[in-house]
Amino acid sequence: MSIANEPGGGSAVEPAAFEAATAAVEAALAAGARYADARLVDRRHESMTARDGDVRSLSQTASVGLGVRALVGSSWGFAALGDPAGDADARRTGARATAIAQASAAVPGPPMELVGVPAVQADWASECLEDPFAVPLAEKGDLLTGVTATMRAAGVAVAEALHQAWDTRTAFVSSEGARIGQHIRETGAGMHCLTVGDGETQRRSYPAFRGQYGTRGWELVRELDLPGHADRIAAECQELLTAPPCPSSETTLLLGGEQMSLQIHESVGHAIELDRILGWEAAFAGTSWLDLTQLGSLRFGSELMNITIDPTLPGALGSFGYDDEGTPATARDAVRNGIWVGVLAGRDSAALAGLGYAGSVRADGYARLPMVRMTNVGLEPGPHTLEEMIAATDDGVLMEHNRSWSIDDRRLNFQFGCEIGWEVRNGRKGRMLKNPSYTGIGPRFWSSLDMLAGRAPGEWRAWGTPNCGKGQPGQVGHTGHGAAPARFSGVRVGVRS
Amino acid sequence: MPSPDLDGPLLDDLAGAVLDEVRRQAGTDAAATVRAERSTLALTRFADSAIHQNVADEQVTVHLQLTVDGGRTATAATTRSRTEAVADLVAATLAAARLRPRDPSWPGLGEPAPLTSAGSPDEATAAASPADRAAGVAAFVAATGGLSAAGFVQTAALSTVLADTAGRHLYGATTSAICDGIARLSGADGVARSMSARLADLDCAALGARAAAKARAGVDAVPVEPGAYPVVLEPAAVADLVGGLVSGQFNGKAVVDGTSGLRLGDQQFDQAVTLADDPSAGVGLPFDTEGTPTARTELVRDGVPVGLTTDRRTAAALDRTPSGHASDVSATWGPVAGDPALSPGSGGSVADLVGGLERGLLVSDLWYTRVVEARRSVWTGLTRNGVWLVEDGQVVAPVSTLRFTQSYLEALAPGAVVVGSEVDPQPYRLMGPMGYNRVAVPAVRLAAWNITGNAAG
Repeated sequence: MSIANEPGGGSAVEPAAFEAATAAVEAALAAGARYADARLVDRRHESMTARDGDVRSLSQTASVGLGVRALVGSSWGFAALGDPAGDADARRTGARATAIAQASAAVPGPPMELVGVPAVQADWASECLEDPFAVPLAEKGDLLTGVTATMRAAGVAVAEALHQAWDTRTAFVSSEGARIGQHIRETGAGMHCLTVGDGETQRRSYPAFRGQYGTRGWELVRELDLPGHADRIAAECQELLTAPPCPSSETTLLLGGEQMSLQIHESVGHAIELDRILGWEAAFAGTSWLDLTQLGSLRFGSELMNITIDPTLPGALGSFGYDDEGTPATARDAVRNGIWVGVLAGRDSAALAGLGYAGSVRADGYARLPMVRMTNVGLEPGPHTLEEMIAATDDGVLMEHNRSWSIDDRRLNFQFGCEIGWEVRNGRKGRMLKNPSYTGIGPRFWSSLDMLAGRAPGEWRAWGTPNCGKGQPGQVGHTGHGAAPARFSGVRVGVRS
Repeated sequence: MPSPDLDGPLLDDLAGAVLDEVRRQAGTDAAATVRAERSTLALTRFADSAIHQNVADEQVTVHLQLTVDGGRTATAATTRSRTEAVADLVAATLAAARLRPRDPSWPGLGEPAPLTSAGSPDEATAAASPADRAAGVAAFVAATGGLSAAGFVQTAALSTVLADTAGRHLYGATTSAICDGIARLSGADGVARSMSARLADLDCAALGARAAAKARAGVDAVPVEPGAYPVVLEPAAVADLVGGLVSGQFNGKAVVDGTSGLRLGDQQFDQAVTLADDPSAGVGLPFDTEGTPTARTELVRDGVPVGLTTDRRTAAALDRTPSGHASDVSATWGPVAGDPALSPGSGGSVADLVGGLERGLLVSDLWYTRVVEARRSVWTGLTRNGVWLVEDGQVVAPVSTLRFTQSYLEALAPGAVVVGSEVDPQPYRLMGPMGYNRVAVPAVRLAAWNITGNAAG
């Protein structure tokens, strides 16, 4: 089974893919399911890495397969099969999903319904100006080897660069009549370097510590201008070895936009996942400090805090036309003027919570169960500029680019390390600081947000996170986070071992 | 379900077809390694004492690494396995390899070497049904005595044929089973988990009972102030400590990059610490993705680091023999031990170790641990699923969640460690092919663990 690779237009999903998905759904229903859906997913991935002026790895993967969900009573079953050979394989997989659901009923949960969605028959494709798989490998290799050679020549110990691209076509069919074709292309790249000193290593990255990604084509990589930043990060990486360490204190903290994106991801995005709030992830990913009885009234942060769930953002990594339950992409508020007002939900979790909306369920390929995931969870731009924030700060630290992250299983107590920091004294950016870190408690931290940039061009950006882990078996999600530099008061920085 | 009897010929045919296609398209000078894998993974999750997610997938995957002109290499993988797909896979990989610059440090293919085994798959585990897994869940839930329970039961099987143009032809298979869950009571969680190659080895009821006892002992937790505390780490927490060290310190790429702070040959650790990677006792395959046979790799002997984990590239860079730790991600993340085992010591049971604490903490589990400083192996993370204050050798109170920032290397320094006597295999993610690795560890008592925050921040 395959999905045609036709350029332009809609999703170009072959009728045969829909036929396989339909056969699987029919078989699941025939075996006793009261609801079923199926996705036939055809995905290509390319990854190239370079190190110290040489291409180190080039990997291309192709996966095609069928994933089927079946609901029996209040119990789910999911079965997946790689490369189904035809109608018989599809039907066998559908029936197996129902059999698994029937086994689930041995330890049943409470009665469950699904939030309604329109039975859409649609076709959707992300915008892609330059197909990343059509760009010659030699050109990609020249880019990555060039920037790593530049960084090495500037004196760093290790220089690495990476590009990745995904091309995913999905045929989705549900027993309620949905039939959706979707074609999403994702592209990204980044680079970093390491310096080694006496008992320490320092790292600098561009444009983000894992690179920058979006539902776009190779034009995203061209806009990053990796060559234009290689010398700078190599120089900063070496300067860090002799920079003073970030002092331990409670002070004013200014964060760059890339670090803000991870702060949002970890302390807001995961906290508003409804499956966590309901306890479905209690044993692994964790729960949430948020209590559904306080939805609409709980103060999450300051008035400057406006968080949206928006899978419609053009080009952002968490964008799509329809989620993996067939719910159309819709923007909604998660936090408005500091008050918690929305969650990331699926059809079952929303119904159980008494909410009327879903739309945030996604799966990592055909072989994994669709589950509640972040889409684009971002902070709206604020009324200030970074320049104004620095000018308004008498004593603080500016930190940029994530180096480490850790947060508890309720998404409250976090500690982040950054690659680089600077003193801010009397309204000016001062000397460089190494090993900057900060720690805090989510709602207290967000309530201390007192200045937020985004007014100046380029300050607000939809950052892409290509490696959000969740689920058992493990799934890797692609999420987006609009963010701009921000200032927080009274934050503990310089955490020591 | 994978069966060694059935999968061998099927995967043989597939690997042979790929090599034939390589010779046809790329000529006889091309160097290629093919792995044909058949995998099944079935996992039953439960929360609020009910099964809420229940999945199974099966697939055949072909991995191809192809090198032309003595150093132009590309890798590819596909779940498509029919004749036309094999030709497409080779054509795409060959095109990619030809476009790549020549890599002067390409280590070449390995020499054929005998395997010590073909793996130890368990037929019953490979054939486990959704009902078998549901029975495990039901046993865990029932044993919690009415507490809210959450977790999973997993069974997995993997069969692999590796063949290359140098004449190697290897077959291996493995299975694994995990029961892992928590019991919850009034904001307190208790955990118990275990992993084996055989589902029959797992006693889900005993695990549920243990988790429930922990939860009951964790109710009404109180905060403690940050500072350095002597600690007893239970096996789940020790798995994280060992996992952090094998991924960041004994990893050959970390040594090449200079991010490892290991001092080979020095008495860097307490004499009680003896650590090895032991695939024969674990759930790994008998060879790595480059075809190098896996064998017991000694990493620390009586507190002295003596070994590293390497693939062919890092071994060449370090002038060592490859240790059989190549993986699909080792080019990026480095070669990492897959079945680490910390040898039991003389410290006795967890209760015995606690009995030796004048004032300190008993820690069940660690969570969200991340590297802060690579060379010193400084990690930050949190306690999870229970921590208790110990005074005069007795547990006196449950403690709320704590953040630590601690050098894992320094935690095991000479004079700082007592190792328990009872090994309790834990599931832990170390880039293994089936999602989880088996980390065989006892509990340990450490002289100091740096608590840097509590629930208050």
